[in-house]
This record gives sequence, structure tokens and C-alpha cells, in this order.
Amino acid sequence: MNSMTLALAACAAALLPSVLMPLTPQSLRRALMCMMLFSSGVLAMAAGVLGLVQPDVATTLPLGLPWLPMHVRVDALGAFFLLVIGSLTAPVAIYSQGYLRHEPRIGVLMIFLPLFVLGMLGVVIADDAFSFMLFWELMSVSSWFLVTFEHTRAENRKAGFIYLLMAHLAGLLILGSFAVLYAAGGAFTFAAMRSAELSPLWASVAFLLAAFGFGTKAGVMPMHGWLPDAHPVAPSNASALMSGIMLKVAVFGFIRVIWDLLGSGDFQWWWGALVLAAGSSSAVSGVLFALQQHNLKRLLAYHSIENIGIILIGLGLAMLLAAFAHPLLAALGLIAALYHTINHAQFKGLLFMGAGAVLHSTGSRDMESMGALIHRMPVTAACFLVACISISALPPFNGFVSEWLTFQTALMAPQLGGAMLTAIVPFSAAMLALAGALAATCFVKVFGVVFLGHARSEAAANAHEVDAWMKLGMIIPAIFCALLGLLPVVFIPLLDAVPVALLHISLADAVHGQGWLWLAPIDASHASYSAPLALAGMLLLGGLAWWWLHPAGGRIRKGPMWSCGNPHVHARMQYNATSFSQPLRRIFQGVLQADEHVHTERPVHALLTRHVRHAVHVGDPAVKWLYQPLGALTLKLARHLHQAHQSSIHAWLGWTFATILLLLAVFT
Amino acid sequence: MKAVLFQLLQALLLVVLAPLAAGFVATCKARLQNRRGAGLLQPWRNLRKLFGKEVVLAAHASWIFRVAPYVVFTATVMAASVVPALLVSTPLSLTADVIALVALLALARFFLALAGMDIGTAFGGMGASREMTFSALAEPAMLMSVFVLSLGAHSTNLTTMISHTLDTPLVLQPSIAFALVAMLMIALAENGRIPVDNPTTHLELTMVHEAMILEYSGRHLALMEWAAMIKLLLFATLILDLFFPWGMATDAGLMAMLLALLCWLLKLAVLLLLLAVCETSLAKLRLFEVPEFLSTAFVLAFLGLLIHYMLEVSL
Repeated sequence: MNSMTLALAACAAALLPSVLMPLTPQSLRRALMCMMLFSSGVLAMAAGVLGLVQPDVATTLPLGLPWLPMHVRVDALGAFFLLVIGSLTAPVAIYSQGYLRHEPRIGVLMIFLPLFVLGMLGVVIADDAFSFMLFWELMSVSSWFLVTFEHTRAENRKAGFIYLLMAHLAGLLILGSFAVLYAAGGAFTFAAMRSAELSPLWASVAFLLAAFGFGTKAGVMPMHGWLPDAHPVAPSNASALMSGIMLKVAVFGFIRVIWDLLGSGDFQWWWGALVLAAGSSSAVSGVLFALQQHNLKRLLAYHSIENIGIILIGLGLAMLLAAFAHPLLAALGLIAALYHTINHAQFKGLLFMGAGAVLHSTGSRDMESMGALIHRMPVTAACFLVACISISALPPFNGFVSEWLTFQTALMAPQLGGAMLTAIVPFSAAMLALAGALAATCFVKVFGVVFLGHARSEAAANAHEVDAWMKLGMIIPAIFCALLGLLPVVFIPLLDAVPVALLHISLADAVHGQGWLWLAPIDASHASYSAPLALAGMLLLGGLAWWWLHPAGGRIRKGPMWSCGNPHVHARMQYNATSFSQPLRRIFQGVLQADEHVHTERPVHALLTRHVRHAVHVGDPAVKWLYQPLGALTLKLARHLHQAHQSSIHAWLGWTFATILLLLAVFT
Repeated sequence: MKAVLFQLLQALLLVVLAPLAAGFVATCKARLQNRRGAGLLQPWRNLRKLFGKEVVLAAHASWIFRVAPYVVFTATVMAASVVPALLVSTPLSLTADVIALVALLALARFFLALAGMDIGTAFGGMGASREMTFSALAEPAMLMSVFVLSLGAHSTNLTTMISHTLDTPLVLQPSIAFALVAMLMIALAENGRIPVDNPTTHLELTMVHEAMILEYSGRHLALMEWAAMIKLLLFATLILDLFFPWGMATDAGLMAMLLALLCWLLKLAVLLLLLAVCETSLAKLRLFEVPEFLSTAFVLAFLGLLIHYMLEVSL
């Protein structure tokens, strides 16, 4: 049993439901799909762990084109992403068993949800450009069916269209970078591309094509415009997969093409600087726009942009350090980025599942109509709280560990190149700190508005806890978040195989004298963090305080809340999502360009106010300044072409004549 | 083992002395304002009174509201216990470096703000919103100003950073001056002091910290208040550690420790007196001038980082 067998078995398990769908009776479809997805996830996890500890396994499958059989390989990088995919697919499969209970159109999901997982699994084990693109497109197209699942609503169709368009634009750019590599290497296999010698110019062309292609798919600012529309409209279990792991597959593609195929030896300094700049801008602007949302799933989608930014800060630092020949620090940056990748998969998957649970029981995505759900949905609230603490980068959970590692990489970076270049490293650290603090603000708002306070609507007041399947699906990633946060010293050596493969340096060797008991990259006198000790200390202290203060149960009297003497307290007097973020909206108005209107109705007298309406709209600048102008330009060009099509026969003859002249001029 | 014991004692000292420090500031302020003041021990008396009182809980408070005081208190004490006050090399400080320290304080704030929103009063939400907004600006500024020193010491461990400052000859480094100014501004904001927030107001539309803990009573309130006092002493000690560590004990001998204690109390008194003077002479800022105050701190700290990178790395 090796990692390849397990990975192929995972792929087969993901393929099976879509093949069997027409033969399965409606009543069995959900159970079969969830069971197969769960097995696929578990197999992928097993393959990932085996692949990280064992040497690479490669094989050729008798599929694909006649002259190009399908090459597949499980190497350290692919194995790590198999682990990421599997570790979220399995809990989402359990969750889906409950979430899709009353779904009449289960057949559609039974085809496309497993195919989507198959596409992602295929991308990470592909070993030639052809199968890579094949699985990549399978992932993009099958997820389009998930985005447009509720296609009766016009905005979902529009979101789906933009999603498909951007996915294909990204695909085209990636294809372009493979074309450059193919031209240099002479074959479609990754082995040939890896050994290809590229001139710095062509290497940069391939880098730019890949960076923009994968960046678009990963939702990097400013190409992210499709993401906040597409992720919220898919069913929540699909959103969890899309946000939790599909964006990570784009990160995988980025590392595969740029670190592996182009090679870390060829890095030019400005590549890292560009990635770092893109990461910093994504991290801060992602969270700034997330803060202004009141649609829960849309808010989470913006946070994906932020977290992709954090991953890119790690990768960009690593690329910059690798370009200046500091492989050890580059390995640290790479580990930080990878650790954040798996962390984000866990807590973002959990957050989307939690949002799905809330949607399931209140029927709403709008935070302004929620509140007090902690009393009605205690398990969902507890899991959601774990994810909120994790994503806010607070100890002792996992988000803090990866941000800590990223900070360490930035702080240990020595003087690089010129002054401008050196300044970008602390700048990115500053942006990372700002993004982390803003994320905490945002998740206080999310948890406070959705789960605490008073219910803001009838639906929220009568909400019910979700079923055992959905609870279990949320508890598993919550446990992963805690484990990844408490035991980084166990997981990081596992990840070490990736920098060994890509940078030929092991981080474990560098800390040989220290041991992995405490998280102390490079040296304990430089920096160290011990999550287990911190947690133990806090539990001990908290326990002592509680024990001391609770003699015989303590005296507690229940009373009404303090209402400043006003007996008429209404749930709408609470701060809501829009008012909570009002101070930040005002501070960052220059970036957000929020459109605020206060409309006061005074029908009788100028001093007698009847109604006050306050409306805020925060648009997305990427849509306004990039997508819409590009769309308008395309339409304008098409209109001109259209006019040429409809002109008279003389004009057509003229075109023909001009073409012949041109051809003669070129080919003679 | 001896060092661990000393560190635990030192943490205990920080926790127990925190109300005294708060009382000292209040007394200094009173004297500066020609009042007699309630005395140095008043915060202790207040805490004892609160611990003895029963808890009145709002009818629909969730478990978050009851857990939050313990989380806030333990996270703050945890953070205080890794800050060396007397002894430079403290073994348990390895548990959390300065980034983790900032994060522990952020964890406390996270739960404080959640507790503010739990009851569902307009005051609680307002306090939470403002506190998180200000901290979103203050926390990165604090990290930046600490990073200025970390870069010099090539470390984020407090022990290493302090020994580095003690070992290097005293040269005026402009980056550290920037970091110090930024850090002082942030310390005012993080502890809710004038000119950012007023710790002595109640039921005023400008308050931040007090608005969040408005619903607390009895031992819960005592824990919250005590945590706030510990945080004040923690920030004061951190500033002394990072910028003025002279006089700290490098070994765990009795004489050295006594000398270090004396030095620490003296430095602390000067710093807290400065705070009292500052609180007496300044007026509270308008709410929307606070972000400008904090972004000034952020820019100063960032300038400190840049200056360090551009001018001082070769030193």
C-alpha cells in the first residue's frame, strides 16, 4: 500500500457517485454521495500523510491522449495538498448528510460535488501539463454548477457567469505559462519542464502568466471581483469546499509552477516583491471590505481574500529570501505559508459550515436579522467561536501559529538588496499585523451580532439546533483547529518534506539542538512559543480563580438588564453589523468609498421627524474599476466588429481583398 | 528551578501590586488637582468589596458572559507572568515571546468585547465596537514599535531583547526614540487612559472600556477591574523592560534582586507620575480624533522600523 494507490482510490471514490447517479434511487442518493465523499476524504488524508513521509511515487495511467498517457505523481508538495483536501472533504461529507436532508435536487449535487473534489484531487497529483489542465478545468466547470445551483435567482446566474468567465481567463493565463515551459522543455511532462533552461526574460513571462492565472483563481486583490459574488450563492457545504480548499488548489498551482517547475534557483528578486505586495494588499483590503458586509457568507468570502493574502505574504517573503540566497529563512517562510494553508482550510471550512447551519435554521444570510442564537444553537455557537478565535489569530488556536511563523520570517529577514526592497519586508509585517487586528474586530462583530444579544427577528428567536450529522461535521474541524494550534511541533516536521523537496534544505536540521518540544524556529533565544504551556498556564490560573471564587456555588441573582430606566427595550436598539463597523467605515472611507444616505421624513412639520432611514452601500472597487471597464471595452469592441459584420457586400469584398494583400505581403 | 520560582514570585508581585499602582496614579492625580484622594489602598478595598458582593446577572446572559471575566483575567495574568520585572533571564518567558504576549492581550480583549455584546444593550455594543476599532489600530502599532527593538536584538524573546539592550553601549538611536514615543501613545490607548478614554467616567456617551463592563457586578466585575489594573502595570513594566532595563538583576542572587526591586519601583513611580501629570493636563480627545492619535503612533512606529532598516542595520 503506497501513497499512489491511496490517492488513486480517493479519486475513484470521488468519481463513483457521479457515475452511479442515474442508477441510484432518489432516497439513496444523499447517503451514497456523502459516504463516497467521506471515503475519498479519508483516503486522500491517508495518501497525504504517507506521501509526506515516503519517497515520491510516480506512475502512468492508460488514459488521456494516445501519444500522451496521463502522468501522475505523489510528491511531498502534492501529498501535503492531498492532506489539506482530504482533511476538509471528510467533515464536509458528514455535514452534507444533514445539510442536504430536505434537498429535492440532490441528483445535481450528486454529479457535480464529487466531480469537483475529483478535479481538485487530480490537480495535485497531476505530473504533466495536459492532465493538470484537464483536472483544473474539471474543478472549475463542476464548481460552476455548484455556484448556479439555485439558478432560479437572477443574481446567482450572474455570479455564475462572472465566475465561469474569470475561471477561464485564469485557465488561459495558466495555459500560457505552460506553453512557455513546453516551448523550452519540449514535452508536456513536468519532468521535462523542470529540466528546461529558460532565459530570465522567458522565465519572467512564465512567472507573470502563472502568477496572474493562479492569482485570479485564488482571489488575489484586485482580480478577486468574482469571489464575493460566487462563494455566498453556492450551497453552504459547497462554499466550505470552494473557500476552504479550491482557493488552496490555486495556491498549490502557484507553488507547483513557480517553485517546482521554474525552480527556486531561478527566482528574480522582483517576483518575490510582487507576490509580497499582492499579498499585503489582499490581506488588508480583504478584511476591510469584509468588515463592511452584513451578508454572513459574503463576509466570509472576503475573509478568504484576506487569508490568501496572508499565505502570499509568507510565500512572497520566502521567494524574496530564496532569491537572495537565504534558503533556511526561505524554508521558514514556506512552512509558514503552508501551515496557514491547512489552518485556513480548517477554520474557513468550519465557518462556512456554521454559516450554513445558521442559514438552515433561520433561513437567512443577513446578519441584521439574527441574534441570540447561542441559546438556541449551543453546539454550532461553540464550534463557530473556535473558528472565530482561530481566524482572528489568537492563541491557543491554529491561526496564531501560522501568523507567528510569518512574523518570524519577516523579522529574521536580513538586509536585502536596496533600501526600497528592504523596506517592503517590514511594510508587509505591518500590513499583516493590521490585517490580524482587523480580523479580530470583524469576528467580534460576527459572533456578537449573530450569536449574542437579543434576537432581531422572529426566525432567529425560533431557531433550532441542527442535527447530529451537521454537528459532527463542525466538531471535527474545530478539533483540528485546536490540535493544529496546540501541537505545531508535531505537524511542522511532517511539513518539512516540502522545503526539502523544493529548496533542498530541512528546517528540522536547523533546530536539531533545540528539539521540537517548543516551537522555536532557528533558535530558542531568537523566538519561541509554547502553546501547550500557555494553555496549561491559563487553565491552571482560570481553574484557581474559579475555585477560589466559587465557595459553595457562589451567589448569583438573575435580574433584568440595565436599560437606563427606559422600560421599552427593543432588539433593534442593539448595535448591529452595520453600526458596529461604522467607526472603521469612517476611518477608512478613502479606501472603502462607502455610499451613505440618511433620509429623514418630516411630513407634518420641519421639527417633527416621522421616519429616519439610513442606507449604506459599499461596492467592490475591483468590480467598479477593473471588471466593469474591461467588460465595457469588450462590449464596445464587439459592437464595432458587429458593424463590420453587417456591412454591405462591397465592404466584404474590400475586406477579402485587403486580407489577400496582407497575406501576399507576409508570405512572399 | 530557582529561576522558575523567582519568576513565579515576580508574577505574583505584579498581580498583587497592580491595584497599588492604580491607587498610586489616582492619588497622584488627586494631589495634582488639589484633592486629598482616597488613598493608595483604595483599589484593594474596592476589589475586596466586590469579591464579597453577590453577582446580579442579566436574565438572558449566555455562558460567554460568565466565562469572559475568567478568560480576561487569566490571559492578562498569563501575559504579565512572562514579562520580566526584576530578573532578566526568566525561563518561563520562553513560553510566549512578545508577539504571543500581544496576542494574549488581544485574546482578553476579544472576550471582553464579546461579553459587552452578550447582554444586548446599546452601551455594550457601542463599547465593543469602539474598543475593537481602536485596538485594530493600536495593536499593529504596538507590534511595530516592539519590532524595532526585536530587529536590533534579532529576537522576539523578551529576555534576549533586554540583555541585548543591557549589553550594547548607550548610543542614541533615532529608531528607538520613535518606538518609545509610539509605545507611550499606545499604552495610553490600550489602558483606556486620558486622552483616549476616561477610566473614571460612567454613563457618558464617550466611554469605551466602562461601557463594555457596565452589566458586570460582584466577583465578575472585580476580576475585570483587576485585569485592567494588571494590564496597566504590565504595560508600564514592558516599557521599562524594553527601553530602560538598567538596574535589572542578571542573576538570581538576593542582593541583586533587592536592588532590582528598588530600581523597578523607582522607575515605575516616575513613569506612573508622568501618567498622572499627563492625565491631569490633557483633555479627552473627541472620539474620531482617537484614530488619528493612534495612526500617528502607527506611523511613528513604522518610521522607527524604516529608520532602523535604512540607517542602523550596519551599526
